[in-house]
Amino acid sequence: MLWGCMALSTAVLGLILAFLIYRGADAISWEFISEHPRAGMTEGGIITPIVGTVQLILVSMTFAFPVGVITAVYFNEYSHGGALTKTLRLAVRSLASIPSVVLGLFGFAFFCVFLSFGASLLSAGLTLGCLALPTLVTASETALQNVPQEFRDASYALGATRWQTIYKVVLPSAFPGIITGGILCIGRVAGETAPIMFTGAVFFAPGFARNIFDSVMALPYHIYVLATAGTQIDKTGPLQYGTILVLLTLVLGISMIGIVARARLRRRI
Amino acid sequence: MDDVKMKIESLSLSYSRGAPLALKDVSMGITANSVTAFIGPSGCGKSTFLRCLNRMNDFVRDVYIKGMVMLDGMDIYSPDVDVTNLRRRVGMVFQRPNPFPFSIRDNIAYGPKLLGERNRSKIEEIVERSLISAGLWEEVRDRLGEMATSLSGGQQQRLCIARAIAVEPEVLLMDEPTSALDPIATARVEELVRELKKDYTVAIVTHNMQQAARISDTTAFFLMGELVEYGPADVIFTTPGDKRTEDYITGRFG
Repeated sequence: MLWGCMALSTAVLGLILAFLIYRGADAISWEFISEHPRAGMTEGGIITPIVGTVQLILVSMTFAFPVGVITAVYFNEYSHGGALTKTLRLAVRSLASIPSVVLGLFGFAFFCVFLSFGASLLSAGLTLGCLALPTLVTASETALQNVPQEFRDASYALGATRWQTIYKVVLPSAFPGIITGGILCIGRVAGETAPIMFTGAVFFAPGFARNIFDSVMALPYHIYVLATAGTQIDKTGPLQYGTILVLLTLVLGISMIGIVARARLRRRI
Repeated sequence: MDDVKMKIESLSLSYSRGAPLALKDVSMGITANSVTAFIGPSGCGKSTFLRCLNRMNDFVRDVYIKGMVMLDGMDIYSPDVDVTNLRRRVGMVFQRPNPFPFSIRDNIAYGPKLLGERNRSKIEEIVERSLISAGLWEEVRDRLGEMATSLSGGQQQRLCIARAIAVEPEVLLMDEPTSALDPIATARVEELVRELKKDYTVAIVTHNMQQAARISDTTAFFLMGELVEYGPADVIFTTPGDKRTEDYITGRFG
């Protein structure tokens, strides 16, 4: 029974991977990952969405990483666990359960329209940042909780202030855990479609986004476009599977880095 | 020799308002350049008392402290006292060795850097001097860049002592510093404590009576939050004035 369930779970992953490699492997070539799409996306490569996805990751993490870590520091080091903190923490946890399409619509209404950022790298990146925040806060909080109280005591006993203790002892000690949380978040952010389709990802862009107010192409949305909007399925099909393979490699690769980093840094402490 | 470094007057403490007192009206003096040991059974208030001397109890929520603790005549609980400055003058070593997950050098340099010391050669000098005072220099001089956590438990505890004296405190508080160490490491720390009193005033909590007898000049016996009696170690351990002290040191309870 146990074995059956485990085999089934693994088999699902294996089947998906095998199917994708079977359908997509032929599309992968140097040309495919280094050229812009051409001829209504029936030819050429996917460098534009690859770079777009990397840009989205950078923008979202620039926003979410500091905010998430500082929030976690507040929860874990400053607050005394009063009613306000409990409410705030619950709010952050609830943010995690908001469906990503709702988050996408919120991003559109708030960043694109209300703050007039338009459909842009900035709006899409910030929306993805909101998606990553709860995970980042939770991961950082766990990392901070794992810092032994003895480290804080030792620091205070040497005449450090609370801020010096956090900045020089607690954060460096918690850093491996925080970074791992961040890397795993990146994997999640890279693969999301719904939050970016209303806020900044476009069907086609002639080149890379030159500034944060340009719109971008992104891998997950590119897949969606290839799968739904094409009329020449015989030509877009292989490109679509190739793109999926690239995105999957990227996401799995980032997660693997996160998992390996966590294992190695754990051993060091 | 009879210079009083710290003077405690009618100190009472409870961990929340209305709760039973963890310390009841404790008054005593701690003599400069001597070792004062606090003994007593678990939960008698000796660690709580020690942590009052550098205000480490401030972190306990709802803690309620009454009375006075004077350091060189200055009330350390007066509102205009800078607590961080107080803790530099009154250092502390904890029950479990707690080096930071940094290199040996950075552990020692942590305190001086807080004080604003930036000069690298000055810091190297402090690191060397502190490690020599803590009797650890010969063992680690060639691997100052290694993680402090790679040291043995006894070495880690001596590193923590070195870290505490790197900021040149006047008083050194030690909260059962050998309870997590093996007998050989314990002997080294005890020897070190006897050395340290030349330069510092040492107050040490121990659950080990033999240890108190071996290293302390003055011994204070606590029981259920009360200071039963204190006096020269040889008097306390040979002719105690109180029946309860006698019962404790002869092993009738505890």
